[in-house]
Amino acid sequence: MHFVRFAGSRLVKGVIVLFAIAVLNFFLIRAAPGDPAMVLAGQAGEADAVLLAQLRERFGLDQPLLYQLWIYLKGYATLDLGFSYRQEQPVLTLILDRLPATLILTGAAFIISLVLGVLLGALAARRAGRWSDSLITTIALIFYATPLFWVALMSQIVFALKLGWLPNVGYETIGAGYTGLSRVGDVAQHLALPAITLGLFFTALYARMMRASMLEVAGADFVKTARAKGLPPSIITRRHIARNAILPVVTLAGLQAGQLVGGAVLTETVFAWPGIGRLMFDALIQRDYSVLLGVFFVSSAMVVAFNLITDIVYRVADPRIEVAA
Amino acid sequence: MGNPVLSIEKLTLALPSYADRPQAVNDVSLSIGAGETLCVVGESGSGKSMIAHAVMGLLPTAVKPTGGTIRLGGRDLLSLDPAAMLSVRGREIGMIFQEPMTSLNPVMRIGQQISEMFEAHHVFDRPKRSKRVVELLDEVGLPDPQRIARAYPHELSGGQRQRVMIAMALALEPKLLIADEPTTALDVTTQAQILKLIDRLRRQHGTAVLFITHDFGVVAEIADRIAVLQQGTLVEEGTGTEVLSRPRHEYTRRLLAAVPSLVPPERSKSQPKEPILLVENLEKVYRKRSLFSAGREVKAAENINFTLARGETLGLVGESGSGKSTVGRCCLRLIDPDSGKIELGGLRISDLSTSALRPHRKKIQMIFQDPFASLNPRQTIGRIIADGPIANGVSPEKAFERARELLDLVALSPNAIDRYPHEFSGGQRQRVGIARALALEPDVIVADEAVSALDVSVQAQILTLIKELQERLGLAILFVTHDLRVAAQICDRIAVMQRGRIVECGETAALFANPQHEYTRQLFAAVPGGRRFRNR
Repeated sequence: MHFVRFAGSRLVKGVIVLFAIAVLNFFLIRAAPGDPAMVLAGQAGEADAVLLAQLRERFGLDQPLLYQLWIYLKGYATLDLGFSYRQEQPVLTLILDRLPATLILTGAAFIISLVLGVLLGALAARRAGRWSDSLITTIALIFYATPLFWVALMSQIVFALKLGWLPNVGYETIGAGYTGLSRVGDVAQHLALPAITLGLFFTALYARMMRASMLEVAGADFVKTARAKGLPPSIITRRHIARNAILPVVTLAGLQAGQLVGGAVLTETVFAWPGIGRLMFDALIQRDYSVLLGVFFVSSAMVVAFNLITDIVYRVADPRIEVAA
Repeated sequence: MGNPVLSIEKLTLALPSYADRPQAVNDVSLSIGAGETLCVVGESGSGKSMIAHAVMGLLPTAVKPTGGTIRLGGRDLLSLDPAAMLSVRGREIGMIFQEPMTSLNPVMRIGQQISEMFEAHHVFDRPKRSKRVVELLDEVGLPDPQRIARAYPHELSGGQRQRVMIAMALALEPKLLIADEPTTALDVTTQAQILKLIDRLRRQHGTAVLFITHDFGVVAEIADRIAVLQQGTLVEEGTGTEVLSRPRHEYTRRLLAAVPSLVPPERSKSQPKEPILLVENLEKVYRKRSLFSAGREVKAAENINFTLARGETLGLVGESGSGKSTVGRCCLRLIDPDSGKIELGGLRISDLSTSALRPHRKKIQMIFQDPFASLNPRQTIGRIIADGPIANGVSPEKAFERARELLDLVALSPNAIDRYPHEFSGGQRQRVGIARALALEPDVIVADEAVSALDVSVQAQILTLIKELQERLGLAILFVTHDLRVAAQICDRIAVMQRGRIVECGETAALFANPQHEYTRQLFAAVPGGRRFRNR
């Protein structure tokens, strides 16, 4: 009962936040110089006033701003995210087309970084002060400090171009016509480099945090109690130390999960990955308002949703947290 | 006595080279028979805990046993390999620790944590384990043991958690129970119950108990025999009556003399003075708010009235959660009261805005409980003391000069001014805390458990210092404490608090001679060693 109440009130808050974000996005985009009509006319090579006015009328840009906002909000309330005149398709269709690719990429990166980070961090903590600890800590620090795009480019050069182990760019081998399992294998091969690249930063972050957290918990009184019971060290580490040490990592993982949709723009660009990030980048260049607003909205909704999920997971992981909404 | 359960012979524990002395424990021999309680008494740093940890095989890695033997039922524990030691811990020796609040894993259910004891030593099958857990919880006097087995530690009180720890330690009926200051963090009434429980269980099961403590009151309640440790060396050992009534060693005598008596000293009747601090109808309620439900309310202060005159000490006495600290902090406006009046030297500070209050804050200052956490570790002592005056417009040179004088006043070397808090002992830090409070030349000082974290001998010194300073400077002191002995020694008047209310208030001597309220009587009855130390 308590829990339903908590989830309910958080949902209401989430809807309010999304509404505010939608309105803010609308005005932010209008604040940028230029509009779709200018870009279109510019590409057509001539920008006479008559053509501009025609284009604006067609896009509804000649209406008063508040009226445009009203139309936009009304559409969003019915999950109609508008129509892209550049792509000649509804925005929702565009986003849903691209969403799976992005989710596969960011989801894989998320799982890789969480599993690898926690394991490496725990390992480093158990061997604190020895060479394996120093090695893990140093590597983590390097990837923590290195810019993502550079790691992406270098991994392309080394693993795709020089060694030829993995495909360089793209989502799958175009024109190969794979189906079923062989298609899955093909996508997985294409996925490996971008997912690992994208996950490296968070792997480093989790490893560092897990290590510090493990060392801190290892000094706690209840760990001494566990040792006084005569429990073997492996159980003490797993059940008493790691179980408590993972709590701050969960908080951080919630932050990363919020970026599942919007956080891969750079990686998608470098690896030519046909996801939301690329869609947004192109829409930005073309001043494609409706697509931009749609992408912004979907990413924000993801952040809000994952915040809620994190809180729920945290509550399961730590019984001390009382869900006072 | 037959064969002792535990016999420690010539145990020496070496400290790392950077420590302040070469040995944590030097050439100590002790033994405990079945069903016997041996109290190892000493001040902080005496090495008493180290002995307990050495028996358990849980010494910090920096501390190494370099000589002697620890025999449990004839087997030398020091020569056991780690795997063999695992089966000794828990099965043959159970241990209870000082901090019930942190000694249980916060994310595991109580039942699971006790059940681990059986799991670790491969005793019973699953259903038998959970059945035994409930029986154990019942045996240590916990209500509704089924529910407690399913609860998480944060849902229990400190006393309940300590009972859980005892249930856990005794789960496999070990021959030896080590209790390392098990009641130090508890209220007196809870402490009395836990001591009784430990005593009952060791009689029923014939368990030998190694009881580590610094508190002679507790010792008087529970010890069959007493061993006194000073700086890692055993200075005296004997039966309870021998050591407490006829101490042979000078150090034991000093420790016993430092235990504050429950009989208040004679006080000269002074003329009633104008009150400097006046509190009327003070109310403070803590609410746990939530969006949909009404939320819980805790009344921390309800209809609180008292006055405090120049040169007078008023004790606010009560157990944890009684609201005594809340009242103390309200007087400083560290917490804003919900309603009521607080007057400081005729000025109604309860109604002032934060900015209007700021110039008057220096008139009332605070001494905190924890000498370790209440001094900023990155600031020098001089800076810590001079900060207040500088913030109030005194020039830095003058403020630092004054800081030197204050250090002298609290009997520290003025050279300490450039040093950092970690270079000082607990007692010395508390002196710094007093100097900091005095730096602003306040009229009133609120001392919140100011001596509770200190060893008895240091405690006595700090109490004497506070009294001297009060006489010289005419300070009014609001002394918040849970310790009735301390209150008897330092307070002119005492207000006893229970659940946010003052249940009884009066002159210290009259209150101790003839407590009126039922709760006050309960408190007196629960003071450990009350009978033995009553009439000294």
